[in-house]
Amino acid sequence: MATMATTATMAERGPALEVRDLTTRYGPVTALNTVTVRARPGEITAVLGANGAGKTTLLRTISGLVRGSDGSVLLGERDLTRAPAEAIARAGVAHVPEGRGVITELTVEENLRLGDLLGARRADRRYHLADVYDLFPALAERRRREANSLSGGERQMLVIARALLSGPEVLLLDEPSLGLAPRIVARIFGILRDLVDRDGLTVLLVEQNARSALSIADAGFVLNLGRVVAAADARTLAADDELRHAYLGF
Amino acid sequence: MPDSVTAAARRLLPSSVLGRNLLGVLAGLLVVVVVLELTGPFRNSQFATMSYYAIAAVGLTVLTGLNGQISLGHGALMAVGAYTTGLLLETGAVPFPVAMLAAAAVTALAGVVVGAAAARLHGPYLAGATLALAVGVPGLAIYFDGVFGGEQGLRVSSPRPPDWLADAVYFVTAGDLTSARYLAYIGWITLLAVLLLLANLTASRYGRIWRAVRDDEVAAELAGVRLGRMRVLAFVVSAACAGLGGAVLAMVVRLAAPSGFTIVLSLSLLTAVVVGGLGSLTGALLGSALLVFLPPAVTGLGTDLGLTGTQAAELAPLVYGVVLVVVMLVAPGGVLGAVHRLRHAWTRRRQGARDVGAVGSSKQGG
Amino acid sequence: MQQFVNVTLGGLSQGAIYAAFALALVLIWRATRIINFAQGSMAMFTTYVALVLIEAGHSYWLAFGAALLGGLVLGAVVERLVIRPVEGGPALNAVIVTLGLFVAFQAIAALLFGSSFESFPAPFGLSGFRVGEFTVAFTPFSAFVIGSVVVVMLGLVALFRFTDVGLRMRASAFNQEVARLLGVRVGGMLTLGWALAAAVGSLAGLLIAGGNLVHPAYMDGVIVYGFVAAVLGGLDSPGGAVVGGLLIGLALSYVSGYLGSELVTLAALAILVAVLLVRPHGLFSRAAERRV
Repeated sequence: MATMATTATMAERGPALEVRDLTTRYGPVTALNTVTVRARPGEITAVLGANGAGKTTLLRTISGLVRGSDGSVLLGERDLTRAPAEAIARAGVAHVPEGRGVITELTVEENLRLGDLLGARRADRRYHLADVYDLFPALAERRRREANSLSGGERQMLVIARALLSGPEVLLLDEPSLGLAPRIVARIFGILRDLVDRDGLTVLLVEQNARSALSIADAGFVLNLGRVVAAADARTLAADDELRHAYLGF
Repeated sequence: MPDSVTAAARRLLPSSVLGRNLLGVLAGLLVVVVVLELTGPFRNSQFATMSYYAIAAVGLTVLTGLNGQISLGHGALMAVGAYTTGLLLETGAVPFPVAMLAAAAVTALAGVVVGAAAARLHGPYLAGATLALAVGVPGLAIYFDGVFGGEQGLRVSSPRPPDWLADAVYFVTAGDLTSARYLAYIGWITLLAVLLLLANLTASRYGRIWRAVRDDEVAAELAGVRLGRMRVLAFVVSAACAGLGGAVLAMVVRLAAPSGFTIVLSLSLLTAVVVGGLGSLTGALLGSALLVFLPPAVTGLGTDLGLTGTQAAELAPLVYGVVLVVVMLVAPGGVLGAVHRLRHAWTRRRQGARDVGAVGSSKQGG
Repeated sequence: MQQFVNVTLGGLSQGAIYAAFALALVLIWRATRIINFAQGSMAMFTTYVALVLIEAGHSYWLAFGAALLGGLVLGAVVERLVIRPVEGGPALNAVIVTLGLFVAFQAIAALLFGSSFESFPAPFGLSGFRVGEFTVAFTPFSAFVIGSVVVVMLGLVALFRFTDVGLRMRASAFNQEVARLLGVRVGGMLTLGWALAAAVGSLAGLLIAGGNLVHPAYMDGVIVYGFVAAVLGGLDSPGGAVVGGLLIGLALSYVSGYLGSELVTLAALAILVAVLLVRPHGLFSRAAERRV
């Protein structure tokens, strides 16, 4: 595995991903209303909120699957606002969509190769196939199997591995805990935290499961009805009883 | 006098759909009489041609537009009607209205068979199956050439105007009831009758159910609609129309031959239905007019531009094809849909900004 | 017995062509959920291009290559210009667009090349091999037909299995959104898919034309047989399309040999209806449930 990222110097350079005053509408419905979110490099930033708060729309707008009507998306210095999804992916935003986004008709290795093909364009890629097989041995065992045959937890590992191979500057994860047993969620979150600590990965983590998310996050934003209602470091958010009861459900 | 008519019409209008449609058909009949009497044999036969296209097209628009089932096999169904008519008239014992009704009945029966299979298919599968029908059925006529006359087809003895009718027409209009005009009358009276039936049918419970099935099958099924039955019924109604259209075709063309029922015929009907606007009877009429009056126009244009006769004859199918593509890309609602949209946009602009909010909120449900 | 052998052999080489044509339909269906009803017309068009080149004195092989290349270009252009706007829309709209193209291409061909029957040459002999004292209905050209279809199929398998662009195409076909998130230019892949399919369709057109008469409508039956073959194999399964093509080729050959050639299309229709009613997913589709 490649060198450790110099987290300290990166933090001084400002956010890895910055979303400024983003507004997204579906027809007459405003799903995101002037949302500002920053993900600092080498950290896990959680985006929390109830169902329908706009969390998924936020990720889909960042990655270009949905067109924002106002505001901007910056990856470091690069303006990605309203770029096509494939260009945003090539710029280094790896979006693992809700429902995981495994291509079930392809084999495990073919899924991974797709990430690898994208990563091969980047000079600074950190992960290669062998690395992710080390990280997730279960995938190595099933590399020739169709992804359809994987369990939910294995699928989540597969899409994270695939995203890592693509050499992301920022990893967007949409509800990775959904439908998984707590034990497996803990394991996946543990691996995620390790990667961030060890390699300086930047993660924007969307979760309804606020308790688990805050347990590994460095900072958090709370969305409600398309607006940011709170933004602080993870510990502060977790300690705010009022906020927890009103928006986070624990 | 005109005032009292409109007043009477107004009194009748809101009372019932049937009454309103009946009135429309009577007005249509008046227009038909005037137009046919004022035009010569060439135009008469063009109108006769338009009538059989229109009869089949309005049937197809019920199927495709209202019920969402596509059929590329209506040319084949017209063939069934045409051959039935030809065989019955050949006997000399069957008066032509009976032959026409029999043609509609036989084709409806064919429609039950095809519809039963079609009811279980959707979109491209249905298109493919009915395409096979369109390409395959003319082969039957060749295979059983003893009955159907093979490649040459059947000569059809068209009905002649009875003397008393010719005399009566001469008495009223001082014009001859030529054979072309007589056939045009037969075609248009059939068309108006079909329109009356279909207009009432589409406004009825069945029409609503068909639309419901087209728009959301699952919801319709949950509401207790028996999908299969309703689909077959739509197919049968549509097939009966195609059979009637085929009957008129046989009498107008005086021939029922495999070469008259190629896939191009089926696709022309689809063009007529799509161009006018899927699901609209008026649209299907407009589309049928296009099928009749456009080919001579573009063919004439072609020969003016120096094309040979056979080349110029290909311009019409070229235009059909291009029209199908362009309409789907530019105005999937057809000509009428585009007109509606324009009118809608215009009235909305006139109403001004005060209604914008209301329009916005009404969309929210979707 | 001899007739049976001959009918079977004839069915196999026809079936190989239907298989190629069905494969072309399946390629497009998998990528865009559209049945390209214009595929027969497009193939007819490129075959005429080859015929024009041959009549101008060029070699068969140059014309052959030009037709395949022409198919590639035609497929790409058609996808970009007229299919792209209806992709992902109502199924009926896409069907109508491809039908429009079907009619339009035939009319253009008749305008440019005339609508009379013209004979198309074959690069190999058309008289059957001799086995002992019998002449069987298997000609050097049949061998070429089967050989070229096999080569194309192996080529496609290699492309999809072993190359990066093949993987990207499959990803785009199976899940457009995820493919885009992985940086795949899905639009480009769809265009490439249509181009390849049209080239395979063109091959089918050339093979059917070889030693036969061509006219603007000569592919009308083939679009039906190819469609039936594709549905028989399961529209999502390239392997199924090949098997379906061979089965249809054989079945129609028997119908034509023993009942009458006029009934071939109706027999195809009967097979289609039977398959759709009894096994709507086709013989080989793995899809659990599908709306037909």
